[in-house]
Amino acid sequence: MINFVLLISRQGKVRLTKWYSPYTQKERTKRLGTKEGEKDIYRMARIRERKTRDINPNQMYQGWGRPTPDAFVRRIQETEIEEALKRMKSGKAMGPDGIPIEVIRELSGLILTRGPKLCNFVEWRGYKVVYRRYASLYFCMCVDADDNELEILEIIHHFVEILDRYFGSVCELDLIFNFHKAYYILDEILIAGELQESSKKNVARLIAAQDSLVEAAKEEASSISNIIAQATK
Amino acid sequence: MLHRDMIRSIRACKTAAEERAVVRRECAAIRAAISEGDQDYRHRNMAKLMFIHMLGYPTHFGQMECLKLIAAAGFPEKRIGYLGLMLLLDERQEVLMLVTNSLKQDLNHSNQFIVGLALCALGNICSAEMARDLASEVERLLQNRDPNTKKKAALCCIRIVRKVPDLAENFMGSAVSLLKEKHHGVLISAVQLCTELCKASNEALEYLRKNCLEGLLRILKDVSNSSYAPEYDIAGITDPFLHIRVLKLMRTLAQGDADCSEYINDILAQVASKTESNKNAGNAILYECVETIMSIEATSGLRVLAINILGRFLSNRDNNIRYVALNMLMKAIAMDAQAVQRHRVTILECVKDADVSIRKRALELLYLLVNDANVKSLTKELVDYLEVSDQDFKEDLTAKICSIVEKFSQDKLWYLDQMFRVLSLAGNYVKDDVWHALIVLMSNASELQGYSVRSLYKALQVCGEQESLVRVAVWCIGEYGEMLVNNINMLDMEEPITVTESDAVDVVELSLKRYSADVTTRAMCLVSLLKLSSRFPPTSERIKEIVAQNKGNTVLELQQRSIEFSSIIQRHQSIKSSLLERMPVLDEANYFVKRAASTQATISSVKPTAGASGDPLKLPNGLAKPPPAPLADLLDLSSDDAPVTTSTPAAAPNDFLQDLLGIGLVDSSPAGGAPSTSTDILMDLLSIGSSPVQNGSPTSNFNPPSKAETKPAPVMPQVVDLLDGLSSSASLPDENAAYPIITAFQSATLKITFSFKKQPGKPQETAINASFTNLTTTTFTDFIFQAAVPKFIQLHLDPASSSTLPASGNGSVTQSLSVTNNQHGQKPLAMRIRMSYKVNGEDRLEQGQISNFPAGL
Repeated sequence: MINFVLLISRQGKVRLTKWYSPYTQKERTKRLGTKEGEKDIYRMARIRERKTRDINPNQMYQGWGRPTPDAFVRRIQETEIEEALKRMKSGKAMGPDGIPIEVIRELSGLILTRGPKLCNFVEWRGYKVVYRRYASLYFCMCVDADDNELEILEIIHHFVEILDRYFGSVCELDLIFNFHKAYYILDEILIAGELQESSKKNVARLIAAQDSLVEAAKEEASSISNIIAQATK
Repeated sequence: MLHRDMIRSIRACKTAAEERAVVRRECAAIRAAISEGDQDYRHRNMAKLMFIHMLGYPTHFGQMECLKLIAAAGFPEKRIGYLGLMLLLDERQEVLMLVTNSLKQDLNHSNQFIVGLALCALGNICSAEMARDLASEVERLLQNRDPNTKKKAALCCIRIVRKVPDLAENFMGSAVSLLKEKHHGVLISAVQLCTELCKASNEALEYLRKNCLEGLLRILKDVSNSSYAPEYDIAGITDPFLHIRVLKLMRTLAQGDADCSEYINDILAQVASKTESNKNAGNAILYECVETIMSIEATSGLRVLAINILGRFLSNRDNNIRYVALNMLMKAIAMDAQAVQRHRVTILECVKDADVSIRKRALELLYLLVNDANVKSLTKELVDYLEVSDQDFKEDLTAKICSIVEKFSQDKLWYLDQMFRVLSLAGNYVKDDVWHALIVLMSNASELQGYSVRSLYKALQVCGEQESLVRVAVWCIGEYGEMLVNNINMLDMEEPITVTESDAVDVVELSLKRYSADVTTRAMCLVSLLKLSSRFPPTSERIKEIVAQNKGNTVLELQQRSIEFSSIIQRHQSIKSSLLERMPVLDEANYFVKRAASTQATISSVKPTAGASGDPLKLPNGLAKPPPAPLADLLDLSSDDAPVTTSTPAAAPNDFLQDLLGIGLVDSSPAGGAPSTSTDILMDLLSIGSSPVQNGSPTSNFNPPSKAETKPAPVMPQVVDLLDGLSSSASLPDENAAYPIITAFQSATLKITFSFKKQPGKPQETAINASFTNLTTTTFTDFIFQAAVPKFIQLHLDPASSSTLPASGNGSVTQSLSVTNNQHGQKPLAMRIRMSYKVNGEDRLEQGQISNFPAGL
C-alpha cells in the first residue's frame, strides 16, 4: 500500500501531503533517538554532489505532458538547496497528527540531491520511496518494501496526467493556488493507500460533476441573496 | 480576503519572519471569525487553514470548524469540510469520534457524491472504533447501484479490515460478487479488497481460493487479450493496473497451494511471454508476473521463463529496471542459485554503480552469492572497489566484506591480508568486534605473528588516520615488537624490512600524538609503549618521557595510565619483564561463542581498556557472565587504596592475579620461578603510594589489603602460586581454616575438591575454591564447570584458571565460587554440579550432587 504521497518543489517546499498511515509520535522519537536516526539526519544535512538541474522560471508555465526538456535550464547552486532545507522549520509538527516536518526534510534531502539518470527509488526506513520529477516538482510516494515500484511510477504518471487534463497544462502555480483541487483529484484516485480508478476519463467526469454541484450551489446562494437584496430595497 | 490573496501575500514574503507575521495575522482573523460563528466565510477560512497547515503551522483551533462544515447540509460545505478533516486530523484524535454520527448520515445520503465524500474520509482516516461502528453501512454500500460508490466502499472495507481484522468474514461474499462487474474501477477495488481479506483471515483465504479463482482468470484473460481500449490504454497495454493487481491476488491465493498454482500456470505463461517490455507499464506487469511465478508452485518451464526475464532486466539500460531485477534475484536465489550465479559479473558491476539504491541492492545480493569457489575473486573485487567508493557507501561495504572474510576464513594468511587491506582502506568503518576477532586470530596464529606485525607496521606508515588500523597495529607492535625489528618468522614471499627499535617507538608515539586519535587508541598506545620499554630496553628512557607527557592529561583514563606506567618503568625494573610478558594465547573458540551470543550492545559497551588488555577475550571457564572488567585491568587495582580493594568481592584478588600472572597460570603449568616473583609483583603493585617497596623479600611484614586473600595454606598444590606463599608467610591466624577440604565429586575420570573460607562477620558468605584434577591419561579440553544451587543460596562463579585439564593429575585447574546462604544456620549448603569437556574432540558430560558440605556453612 501507499503510505503517503508527497509533492515537493525543487526548492524543498511542500506542495501537497497525504498520509494514509499515521506516524506515531513514539515512532518518530524512537527513530530519531537511535544511531540510525542520527545518521539519517547527518546524511540529510550533508548535501551530496548534485548533478540535477532546475527548471527556468519561465518554464514553470509550460505543461508537464512530456518530461522536461533539458533546454532553458539553469543549475541551482548547492547552497540554495541547503538554504531551503534550513529554512524549513525543524521540530515543528505537520499539524496535530505528529507528522514531523523532519520526515519531509529528510526525504527532500535524499531525493532532491539525486542525479538525473539514477533510478527513481530510494530505500528509506524500511520503506521505499518512489519519486518522479515533473519540471520543478517532485512527486513522491512511499510504499511498502514489497510493492511493485514500477507500477507506482505509473500511478504517479496517471495522477499527473489527470492533473494536466484538469488544469490544462498544469504548472506548479496551479497547484499552489488550487491546492484543494489537487487534493480532490487525488481522493478520486487513491483511497486508503490503494488505487481506486484506472480510467482518467472517469476521474475527470467525477470531478467535473462535483465541481458543477458546487457551482450550482453558489449560483443558488447568490440568486437567493439577490432576491433578499431586492426584497429589502 | 480570498484564500488566493493570502497565498499570494505569503509567497511575497521575503523573510521567514515576514511570513510568520502574515500567518499570525491570518490565524487571528480566522479565530475571530470562528468565535463569531461566521457562516458565510467558513469554507474560505477552512481553505486558508489547510494552506497554513501545509506550511507547518499549528491549526488545532480549526478542527471543530471541520465538524461544523461536515454537519452542514450543502455539498460545497461538506466537500471542503471532509477535505479539512482528512488533512487536519488523523485517526488518533479524540475529536474524530464526534464525526461518526455525521459520517453515518452521509453514508445513507441520497446524493451519491456526498456518500462518496464520506466513504473517502472513512477510508483514509478511520480508527478501529469508527470501523466497527460503520462497518454495516459500508457493507451495504458494496451492493449500491452506482459503480463509483461501490469501488469507494470496497476500498473503505480495506481500511476497515486493516483496523479490525475480525470483520474480514463479513465482506467475503460481497467481494466475490464484485469480481463479476465490468467497471474497471470496481474490479480493481474488489481485487484489492480480496487481497486484503486473504491477509486478514485464513478462512477468507480458503473461501476465496474456492470461489474467485475462475473470475480472476477471466478478468486477466479479458484485459490481456483485449484490443485497443482508449480509456484504459497505457503505452499500448490495456489497464496495467488491473493486470498487476490481479497477478498479486493470484500470488496470494496460489502461494503454497499446488492446485491453484497449476490452475494459473497457463495464464502466467501467456502474460509472461506476450507482454511487451519496451515500456515501463509492460515491465511493471512482467515484474509482477515474475514475482508471482517465483512465489507459487510453478512448473520448471515457467521458472526458467521467469529467470530469463530477470536476466533481460538486469542487462537493461534503465536503472529502474535493473533495480527491480536485483530485488527479484534475491528471491530467486532460494529457487535456483545456479542461475543467479551466472549473472555474478553483472551484479558485481552494479555494486559499483553511481546510484546508491542499486549499489545497496547489488551488494546484498552479492553477499548471498559468495561461496567457497568464488570468495577470493569476489573479495578482491570488493576490496579494490572499497578504495574508490563513496564515503557514504563505505560503511555498508566494509561490514559486508568483513562478514564475508570471516565467514570464509579457512586460509589464515588470506584472512589476515584481506583484513589488513580493509583496515587500511576503511579502518574508520570497521566495527569493534571485527578487529577484536582479528586480534584473537593473530594471537593464535603464532607462525603469522611476525608477518602480521610487519604488514601492519607498513600499513600504519601509509594510513595512519584509520582508527581501527591504528589500534590493531599498535597492539601488535606492543606484543610482537621484537618480531618487527628482527624480521622473525619471515614468510617466503615477504620482503625483509629494516626497522630499528626507535622506529617502532616512533610510530607508536606518532599514533599517540595524532590529533584525531580517541581515548581508546591513546590508551592502547600507552600500553604498547610500556610493553616496548621492556622489549627494547635501550628505548626505555625515551618511552618514559613520552609516557610522562600524559601525566597531566585531562582524560582520567590516560592520566591514570600514564602515572602508573611511569612508576612501573621507573621503579620496578626487576619485575617489569615478567609483568610485560606477551599476552597468553587468547581462547578463540570461546571468543566466537561469546561474540555470537552477546548482542551488539554489549560489544560496544566493553570497556575500551579491556580491548587493550585482551580482557573480553579471556573467560576460559564459568557461566556466561560479563567479564570482570575493572579487575582485569590490573593497574587500576594497583592505584586503588586498600579500603577500595577490600570492598571488592572476595574473589577479586584472585582474578586480578590470574590476569596479571596469566602468563604461567592460564596454561596451568606455573613457571618454576613464579612464586617469588609473583609475590613481588603483588606487593609492589599494592604498595605503590602506600609504603616503601621491599623487593625480593616474600616474607616481609606485608599486610594484604584484602582479607580475602587469607586462605588456608595447604589447600591445593597448584594454587601454591602466590597467594599461599603470601598467607602462609604472613602467618595470619585463620579462624576459618577449621573447615576441612572435601572431595566434592569423584568419578573414574575426574576429581573435584572444595576448600572453604569465610570472612569474619559474614557467616552467610563462603568462598569456595574448587580444584579439578584429571585422573585419565588424556587431556581434557574446553572444560566447563557449572553449578546450580537452591533458591535460598546465591552463587557467583568466577572464571576458571584454564579450560584445559592436563592428563594424569598433572596439575589441576582451579576456580573460585562465592556462595551466600540466606538461611544460614537453618539449612545447609547444597549444590548440583555439571562438568562438560572434550576428550580428543569428543564431548563428555558429568553431573553430580554435593551434599557433604561441612556443617556450619
